[in-house]
Amino acid sequence: MPKPLKIVVLAKQVPDTRNVGKNAMKEDGTVNRAALPAIFNPEDLNALEQALRLKDKIAGSEVHLLTMGPGRAADIIREGLFRGADGGVLLTDRKFAGADTLATSYALSRALGRMKPDLVIAGRQAIDGDTAQVGPQVAEKLSWPQVTYAEEVTSYDGKEIVIKRRLEHGVETVSSTLPLVITVHGSAAECRPRNAKNLMKYKHARTATELQEHPEETHANALKDKDYLRITEWGVADVGGDEQQFGLSGSPTKVKKIENIVFAAKEVKRLSADDRDVSELVKELIANHTIG
Amino acid sequence: MNFYTDNKDLKFHLQHPLMRKIVELKEKGFADRGKYDYAPLDVDDTLDSYDKTLEIVGDICGNVLAANAEGVDHEGPQVIDGRVKYAAGTQVNHDVLTQAGVYGMSLPREYGGLNFSMVPYVMCAEIVSRADAGFGNIWGLQDCAETIHEFASKEMKDEFLPRINKGATCSMDLTEPDAGSDLQAVMLKATWDEKSQRWLLNGVKRFITNGDADIKLVLARSEEGTTDGRGLSYFVYDKKDGGVRVRRIENKLGIKGSPTCELVFTNAPSKLVGDRKLGLIRYVMSLMNGARLGVGAQSVGICEMAYREALKYANERVQFGKAIIQFPAVFEMLTVMKAKLQAVRALLYETSRFVDVYKAYNLLSEDRKLTPEERKEQKEHQKQADFYTPLTKLFASEYSNQLAYDSIQIHGGSGFMKDYPIERAYRDARITTIYEGTSQLQVVAAIRGVSTGSALAQMRRYAETPVKPEHEYLRHALEEMTAAYAAATEQVAAVADAEYTDFHARRLVEMAGHIIMGYLLLLDAQRSDEYSRSAEVFIKRAKSWNAERAAYIADFKKEDLAAYKAVLEDKPVE
Repeated sequence: MPKPLKIVVLAKQVPDTRNVGKNAMKEDGTVNRAALPAIFNPEDLNALEQALRLKDKIAGSEVHLLTMGPGRAADIIREGLFRGADGGVLLTDRKFAGADTLATSYALSRALGRMKPDLVIAGRQAIDGDTAQVGPQVAEKLSWPQVTYAEEVTSYDGKEIVIKRRLEHGVETVSSTLPLVITVHGSAAECRPRNAKNLMKYKHARTATELQEHPEETHANALKDKDYLRITEWGVADVGGDEQQFGLSGSPTKVKKIENIVFAAKEVKRLSADDRDVSELVKELIANHTIG
Repeated sequence: MNFYTDNKDLKFHLQHPLMRKIVELKEKGFADRGKYDYAPLDVDDTLDSYDKTLEIVGDICGNVLAANAEGVDHEGPQVIDGRVKYAAGTQVNHDVLTQAGVYGMSLPREYGGLNFSMVPYVMCAEIVSRADAGFGNIWGLQDCAETIHEFASKEMKDEFLPRINKGATCSMDLTEPDAGSDLQAVMLKATWDEKSQRWLLNGVKRFITNGDADIKLVLARSEEGTTDGRGLSYFVYDKKDGGVRVRRIENKLGIKGSPTCELVFTNAPSKLVGDRKLGLIRYVMSLMNGARLGVGAQSVGICEMAYREALKYANERVQFGKAIIQFPAVFEMLTVMKAKLQAVRALLYETSRFVDVYKAYNLLSEDRKLTPEERKEQKEHQKQADFYTPLTKLFASEYSNQLAYDSIQIHGGSGFMKDYPIERAYRDARITTIYEGTSQLQVVAAIRGVSTGSALAQMRRYAETPVKPEHEYLRHALEEMTAAYAAATEQVAAVADAEYTDFHARRLVEMAGHIIMGYLLLLDAQRSDEYSRSAEVFIKRAKSWNAERAAYIADFKKEDLAAYKAVLEDKPVE
């Protein structure tokens, strides 16, 4: 039996863009978050399931969630606890606000440096930004290898982890050592449901801020000395690092313009993975103002 | 889709004022608080856990079970090498519910259960069946654990009960080829084997729902030479011990996902539950009451599904330039469907509350002596539950058939096709008036409530509850109906003839049921305006249904039976 793993699942609270109503966008073209229910990013749930399956197989393993967002994102940690996770950290601080994928990855990688997992699993991409950048960038910042588009962690023997990837033209099986960052594709197994006992155990789990702001939650306050019901909150000071790389100041991405576009035709361009093709593409995208 | 949150009725019944008392009884001073990290702190915390757990089950019903239902109906289970293999969707349903940790819902925490009251447990049975009525049986058979908990030894409870929450399935093995409604005729033989110091079962069981379950409760003849119910005992069998083979599964009209098995027992080792000779007269009767409530819940689930599908179709289907719901013939049908649905649901949860109260007292009495008031309350609630359980089974199962029929009618030709889910509901509903005791046998069980006057007493109790001024006319109507019912009951009793009484029994039981459901809707309307319309529709309809029955009884002399008995002379043609 391999020794127990500490797995961290990166999860994001996102507006439910799958059920978009009339008020989904504001007049200025930004997302009207108030009109959309906040949900657990779907592919992050696929990631959580892969983590929980490893925990089921390797006795003593632990699964923790890491999420960044406003105070209400503590819901994501609770949701994870209900489904079988052991704990979680909420990164929340005004100084994290306005982060693009680069600043987000920086903040997450700082937090991971403190959490010290053996394995990080994330969803491929979030349904609000659809960038698929955060997982890979976190791996780069940690200088860890990465496996993207994972559909299933098929085995782990204590040394080698084997992963099936879902690609455009088929399936690829790869192996790696730990530590490792995996991003999970939506075709992976659906996440298990909330478990009633976990729900009853963890429904009063709160961050320190929530307890302070809601003294009327008598049950949660009555249980505040139970360690397992405390959701960890970290700010910039808790994760350390270069303050300039967090939040808005660490985010080179600027939104130039937002347009509603209905695709008239689908055009596909295939590139090889060599540097020349990639730099040609970047040049083209800069030229037509898609980036830059 | 969430089959709990999309149905306001369920939350309404979960918030019934009596629930606070039920929770307090059930949680026995919240003594589990220090022992289990998932035990509640107080009444509000418990009710919140009921609500949130129903949300989990509602989500699974709406998104997993309902989506799998059509495939399960097509594929069905198979027998492979004497074992049952569920349809793929059935297995997924069971696995997901196991992962959700909701099996063993009503078992105490020391056996891995959630210690929930009957009300939320019955609600789960309702919404599971709304999604897939056939799967409702696999869900409902966890009732067997309840019987083990009530009657088996501590050792046996420790052995079997913790497995329920982890997904062990159950079956209750009663019926045999020559013992259906008449279970006294059960022949499966149980013999004590001195050598292995255990009971061995030999014989055949038929029509056993989920017959290849992990844990089986088997009714068998332990007293050699006996021929009646007093020679029967109850046994628990563990599939791991072998000795039972599935010979075949039935090809059925409906609930196709639920495997109905013929079983061969060959020296199957088993353990005696409770005392010898009490198998049928005590334990099966108790299990049967639970199962009847379960079929009641299953039927209400089918009613809900049938109503929703009809409402949806009637809004979408355009004929003669407008949606067909605009036509009086259609909106009348839908309105009556809704009134029946809400009435029978009110009856289902009233019954569940009665069961909750007396069972909680039963459990409490294991820890300490009950006070005289508590004992009185326990007895009263048990008596009410004994009357209301067959009443619920009778009405819910009949209404599920009526609503499925009407729903197909509203669908027109489309409803007759496999393209719409209502045809499945129509087939699934058909068994509900038959198994766990036919409607005719529910009448036999419920008529005692009529003849002893406890039904009348209950109507008068309901009548004492104050109602809003605008509802006075409904209470007045119910009081008139009660008087007519009392007169009809007296008239039948005055004839003092067993055959005459049996002949009219169903009419009297139905009259009582209509009045009781009318009162329940009226009382619900005091707590929420949502029910005013259904109360009005149901009570006015019920008045005419009862008038028809009363008129028939009033004109019916004992000699008139002869016209009906003439059929006994007709010989069937081979």
